Amino acid sequence: MQVVIDNFGLLMRGLAVTLQLSALIILFGTFIGLFGGIGLLYGPVWLRAILRAYVDIIRGTPLLVVIFLIFYGLPALNVEIDGFQAAVVAFSLFAGAHISEIIRGGISSVPRAQTDAAKALGLTFWPSITWVILPQALPVLLPPWVNTAVEMVKGSSLVVLVSVSDLMFATVKVAERTGNPMPLYLTAAGIYVLVNFSISRFGVWLERRTSRGMAA
Amino acid sequence: MYDLNWNVILNNWPAFVEGLLLGLKLAVFGLGIGSVIGLLLAFARTSHIAPLRAFATIYVEIIRNVPLLLLLFLLYFGVPIAAINFANQNDIPVSVARRFILDGDQSAIVALSIYAGAYLSEIFRAGILGVGKRYLDAGQSLGLSRWGVARYVTMPIMFRTVLPSLSNTFISLFKDTSLAAAIAVPELTFAARELSTNTFRVIEAWTTAGALYIATCFLIAGILRYLERRIRWTV
Repeated sequence: MQVVIDNFGLLMRGLAVTLQLSALIILFGTFIGLFGGIGLLYGPVWLRAILRAYVDIIRGTPLLVVIFLIFYGLPALNVEIDGFQAAVVAFSLFAGAHISEIIRGGISSVPRAQTDAAKALGLTFWPSITWVILPQALPVLLPPWVNTAVEMVKGSSLVVLVSVSDLMFATVKVAERTGNPMPLYLTAAGIYVLVNFSISRFGVWLERRTSRGMAA
Repeated sequence: MYDLNWNVILNNWPAFVEGLLLGLKLAVFGLGIGSVIGLLLAFARTSHIAPLRAFATIYVEIIRNVPLLLLLFLLYFGVPIAAINFANQNDIPVSVARRFILDGDQSAIVALSIYAGAYLSEIFRAGILGVGKRYLDAGQSLGLSRWGVARYVTMPIMFRTVLPSLSNTFISLFKDTSLAAAIAVPELTFAARELSTNTFRVIEAWTTAGALYIATCFLIAGILRYLERRIRWTV
């Protein structure tokens, strides 16, 4: 246990990187997913085809392969990129594909009559999406969205393989240096559980807030 | 400028194929052992014995919130040292401790099984809760014991509803086998990494690996969907 206390500062610095990375991924992923999901549903045929290919390709590839392809592939094409940037790009593409499907599913769950009603009120496409469809899709898409957020915090541990100094990296390096891995790995596991459990709880609270005042 | 050279891939094709097959093998073992763990946990979670319920809930919550890579490292790097330290402190011969040391393939299978067990238990639990009460009552009125009801009534009906989720779990497990590359298990991702560092054919190596993963995932999904439709349910 002493080894954990001695190196707690390093672990916390790693945790800060993990949280920063996760926040960026979820932000970018949600942004991509929002337009991806809307495009999948309402886009012209060519856009739908491109988005469908993007979503299916990314969802059929392991995250690790996407990270390596970007981290090693872009420099080969003379694009300078460090581990952190490669990770943000790869994870955002990955999260974006998953969230596209979530948004598509959520919007599909809103009855067609709501779109007709919005049209009858004279709302054009974007206002009807923003003010009528999305608010009603929210309770449906929040649970899988929160799940994706948890998956991304967990997935961010893969950046240790491209030498980004996140929580996993700090744990592995301290374990290698001290030769006493077990307490460190268990502590890291505890920290991940704590972070992800908080996210899930926050998600449950958010769900309850957004479904307030909705017809059952 | 980067010139594509696919000959490197063709010359090293066997490494990719062997890696792919090894990945599938790990996923099959992970799903098999994981299903047993998941089924036990699911019955524990729906049991009326509180400590069993608590244990299963804690297991699922912890495993589902921990990165798979951490689990893998813990088993592959953590357990051997902990086992030997424990043996030294307690006058147990090191040869006994050595039995707890797993090689790369075994670590990957154990980690995947533990991981899949947590996810599958949630799927099985939903399946168990979805079995109508009237079936259970019917089983009971036929004179089946509690075990008999679970074995001959709950499980067959549950299995039918969880089959699509099992297929999905298998596909994501197959993708997760890529992490085994981090502990030098020579599966597909490892093969691609070897090739890209040895020959600098980076783009070719990683796009080939990606394409193989996608093709395999689609193939598995197709086969499983076909099987799901083909199976004639008699329950």
